[in-house]
Amino acid sequence: MNEWQPKITTFLCNWCSYGAADLAGVSRFQYPPFFRIIRVPCSARISPKFILAAFRHGSDGVWISGCHPGDCHYLEGNYYARRKFAMLKGLLEHIGIEPGRLNFSWISSAEATKFAETAKIVADQVKALGPARYFIKKRAEVA
Amino acid sequence: MKEYTEKIRETAKSLLKEGKVDIFIGYRKGTVPMMNEPFAVSDPDKTDLLYWDSNCGMNLCNYLTKRTDRIGIIANGCNSRNIVTHIIENQIKREQLYILGIPCTGMIDPRAVRRAVKYREITDVEESNGRVIVKGDGFEETFEKKDVLQKNCAECLHRNPVIYDELVAEKVPEQEGIETFRDVKKIEAMGSDERWGFFTRMISSCIRCYACRNACPLCYCTTCFVDEAQPQWVGKSNDPTDTMTFHILRAFHCAGRCTDCGACERACPMGINVRQFTKKLNKDALELFSWEAGMREDRRPPMDVYKVDDYNDFIR
Repeated sequence: MNEWQPKITTFLCNWCSYGAADLAGVSRFQYPPFFRIIRVPCSARISPKFILAAFRHGSDGVWISGCHPGDCHYLEGNYYARRKFAMLKGLLEHIGIEPGRLNFSWISSAEATKFAETAKIVADQVKALGPARYFIKKRAEVA
Repeated sequence: MKEYTEKIRETAKSLLKEGKVDIFIGYRKGTVPMMNEPFAVSDPDKTDLLYWDSNCGMNLCNYLTKRTDRIGIIANGCNSRNIVTHIIENQIKREQLYILGIPCTGMIDPRAVRRAVKYREITDVEESNGRVIVKGDGFEETFEKKDVLQKNCAECLHRNPVIYDELVAEKVPEQEGIETFRDVKKIEAMGSDERWGFFTRMISSCIRCYACRNACPLCYCTTCFVDEAQPQWVGKSNDPTDTMTFHILRAFHCAGRCTDCGACERACPMGINVRQFTKKLNKDALELFSWEAGMREDRRPPMDVYKVDDYNDFIR
């Protein structure tokens, strides 16, 4: 395979979207293989630091998915997360991260089809943008 | 400005004498021109050192956190909004404060003045009737104050204090017909590549001294994210990516809290327009959550609350 394959760091909420990913796998749905999934307890657990770290370490895209508003396991985590992400996405795109690199979705644990579909959309978008050019730390990391 | 100074001295003196406050925080004349410094006084006989003119750009609210004593403080528009922010963030109680409100006509940008006199050495800067008289070795030049204002002051919409116990003078008229977010809109008109180029160029001279953080009254965390280790989310080198990470996170920590007081930009030794980051967040907070920081004591800050029908269009 000579074709370039993007790396997409994916944060999935344990209670919904991770379940959806699981169900998509069990149901043998086809979706692109570019996702590096990190399971988090809630979408509100995701700090902007994580997203920046993902880009810094060479992710071509970041995809964050949590429970639908109103369905949060912790009742209101995703409402707070939504405000946080709205501001962060605005700021990052203002600075020059292309729109399309940072993706958000609400997927419940029963929506395996939506998971597979969204995965395709995200993958296509990031592929169309090509390898990440900005915000990659070029120097070796010193521990 | 002389009347302001006299009134501040008088008020501070009587407050301290009557024991209404334990300490009074204001400014005194700095050792170099255009650099007034924060000054805290607890001895009523030393209140004559207090001073006010258009070079009081440092934000005094830095000195209000983790305090248990009663404090007298002077506050112009943006500083008073920072006091409100501190109150709603439970950093200080309203009862602890005696706020002497100052209707403000903006601060002078020392860089603009130095540029205007072609970097000759300035020995004294005076101010009268909206004019700034700059004196130096063998020259004296006069400028209109509006031409040498700090950028945030030129686009300020809240010159009068929003919270005060007493005012030093009549309120000043608010500026009208100003486009506060002109810079942000200019950048929004650019494409991604151009934006990235603009911001990387802008912060390329950053030396990571954290003066912007230290000058900011919002930055009162006991451990700042830049000092965190294990996990270390922000690299400590001056690698461009680390620097950008710092600036993004610093700005993001001010989301929905920044009053655009300009202390960060004034403190920057390299003259970086760090307000470009926070200004965008201010615009978003206003557009998405109809929020301007520090205007009301009875509303929680936007990142602390939510609405069921918040902006959701960016989520699939």
